Amino acid sequence: MSKNPEFVKFDKVDKSYDGKVLVVKDLQLDIAEGEFITMLGPSGSGKTTCLMMLAGFETPTHGEILLDGNIISNIPPHKRGIGMVFQNYALFPHMTVYENLAFPLRVRKVEKDEIDKKVDKALSMVSLSGFETRMPAQLSGGQQQRVAVARALVFDPAVVLMDEPLGALDKNLRESMQYEIKHIHESIGVTVVYVTHDQSEALTMSNRIAVFNDGKVQQLSNPAELYEKPVNSFVAEFIGENNTFNGEVVDIAKDKCKVKLANSEILANPISVKSKGEKTTVSLRPERALINPTDKMDNMFTGKIEEVIYHGDHTRVRLNLLGSSEFILKVPNSTSNLELKVSQDINIGWNSVDARALDPK
Amino acid sequence: MSSETKQILTTDGIPLEVSLKKAEKKNKIKAFLLVAPLLLFLIITYIFPIGEMFTRSIDDKMITNMLPKTFKEMESWDGKELPPEAVFSAFYYDYKSLVEKQEHGKLGQRLNKEKNGFNSTTKRLFRNIKRKKIDESISIKEQMIKVHPNWNKVEYWQAIKRTAPPYTLAKYLKGMDMYYAPDGSIVQVDEDRRIHRILWLRTLEIAFFVTLFCFLMGYPIAHLLATLPMKYSNLLMICVLLPFWTSLLVRTASWMILLQQQGVVNDFFVMIGLVADDNRPEMMYNKVGTYVAMTQILLPFMVLPLYSVMKTISPSLMRAGKSLGGTPFVAFWKVYFPLTIPGIGAGCLLVFILAIGYYITPALVGGASGTLISNQIAFHMKQTLDWSFASAMGLMLLTGVLVIYWIYNKLVGVDNIKLG
Repeated sequence: MSKNPEFVKFDKVDKSYDGKVLVVKDLQLDIAEGEFITMLGPSGSGKTTCLMMLAGFETPTHGEILLDGNIISNIPPHKRGIGMVFQNYALFPHMTVYENLAFPLRVRKVEKDEIDKKVDKALSMVSLSGFETRMPAQLSGGQQQRVAVARALVFDPAVVLMDEPLGALDKNLRESMQYEIKHIHESIGVTVVYVTHDQSEALTMSNRIAVFNDGKVQQLSNPAELYEKPVNSFVAEFIGENNTFNGEVVDIAKDKCKVKLANSEILANPISVKSKGEKTTVSLRPERALINPTDKMDNMFTGKIEEVIYHGDHTRVRLNLLGSSEFILKVPNSTSNLELKVSQDINIGWNSVDARALDPK
Repeated sequence: MSSETKQILTTDGIPLEVSLKKAEKKNKIKAFLLVAPLLLFLIITYIFPIGEMFTRSIDDKMITNMLPKTFKEMESWDGKELPPEAVFSAFYYDYKSLVEKQEHGKLGQRLNKEKNGFNSTTKRLFRNIKRKKIDESISIKEQMIKVHPNWNKVEYWQAIKRTAPPYTLAKYLKGMDMYYAPDGSIVQVDEDRRIHRILWLRTLEIAFFVTLFCFLMGYPIAHLLATLPMKYSNLLMICVLLPFWTSLLVRTASWMILLQQQGVVNDFFVMIGLVADDNRPEMMYNKVGTYVAMTQILLPFMVLPLYSVMKTISPSLMRAGKSLGGTPFVAFWKVYFPLTIPGIGAGCLLVFILAIGYYITPALVGGASGTLISNQIAFHMKQTLDWSFASAMGLMLLTGVLVIYWIYNKLVGVDNIKLG
């Protein structure tokens, strides 16, 4: 089965609500068939607008959206055949679970037997068999969410859009729902476009993530690459935790550069700096810096512990290092734990390849 | 499981229920004291007057008290032939004592309502008593018949007997264009005199159509109000409420200015050539005027409950309906509309009940064909001073409203009403 790598295509899409500000700028995005793609970004970054344009509730100001090769910008939402899961579930409160699920089938004039079969299947997929006669108000938040997912899938849409569907659930439920949605996606192979501002949700579920900021896709890549190799300081900052150093490149080679900070110099991996004299922000993941490194690492410094915060599975240590008192370390809570005390001096080391010199903030 | 339920005790050994009641008692008293003024107010201004209205509407004690001896003697009279001497003399002595108290005039008027001709009949008896022409030592029956031949007619005595019970439903029957025939059976008045029935039907008809018009116009307005962005919806809300803040009389008067034959609307029609100048349509002092003015005045009562319900409907529900494949109409009809039913119910009930008892507007712009039952009630309150009849019709109206409420409760359920 050959899959269309451009199943959904945003072609140079602009969107403006007031004619003054572009909410979405020149969006170019291809989504492959069967892919689980997440649009991730802070609120106001344009991700939900993109979703609404795909669903047909907003029209692009410029550019085209294509679904399976067909331009859909002028097709009304009810003819697009796109399933959607809304933030607040949007279950019809006056209909039972069965009627909610049967709604998309009834408007398509599906036979009664066929409806029963499909509703049954969809409900068992979200493990809610036997809940047909309940009203949405009689269900818990998680169950309502599952009904909403089942309803978006019951008419076998080509694409399912999910607009922060787990936002209203508590943490544990949210995590288990993440896996559930991921498994449903894997088992039926539908294309999913998922919108969230929760990065851990995005990392858990997606094949690819498009990080939005300021109306633009900052980076589009798979979760591992996004976390390990952010291409700019916004992505580095937005995804996971991050220690940053602002400085100026004083020496640059092929895969290493020397960055001058306020009163010291560090070695870093040049990503978006090209030449000497450029300003840069160096980004380093907290878990990439080690205490008392045994290997020979090319960045070795001594810092003073400012604060120790116990987090259960790990301990966060805030250090005063290289003139910044916001340097965070994550220390796993293993049996060979170190004695960490405030105002103690410790040695810290990291490899220059993990310290990514990105665009200046 | 419930059979296993044991009485739960608190740590002091008092049953939990008892101690809970004790704890809540203070709050209950406080709550009651807070509502007590309102309760008192309602009793004084609402329950008591309704009771008063009810007794007034069925009260017929006046004659009962005026002719005590007569009615006592009449108990043994079969009412088919002329009553015996005893009844005549009892009536004579009753009447004589009324003459002494100078209350004979009232009796004459009251009996005249029951049977035409009574006024003159009693007046002649009065003059004879005044001139002491009646000899009490001989048959009073013969002397009375001599005074006025009407005393020899059995219908007149039947009419007196009909007024004997201290309570009567006659006023209610009159409200439905019926009356007690001389033999005590209930008959309808002649077809060309059935004015009340026409009024009742017209009241229902006008209330129904005003409700319908308000709904047809109010629904889109309420929807706009609920979905427009704040800055526009506030302005629209003020437009809806502005007439609400204007005096009812002013609004009705302005409709008179607009709708009269030489009024603004007619001038406009003539200007655009819709009607000829010498053939201006009458839009006031008929049903049209009542419809137009009442719809405008009652519109906010429809819009506000609808708005408050629509405000709570998430816009994503319509979107969900559309994204699941429903056309905009299907999404509206299957998703949005059913969710607004509580507001529709509240708005329609409110407008209908207000319309059914409307008074000032139809009185001013309704003319003869556009007046409602309340205008008739007011007429009897102020013009004929027949308060018991006005009370009876008022209670009939109240009963009608309660019946409508009951039907609504059966159909939709009052719990589903949302007033905001």
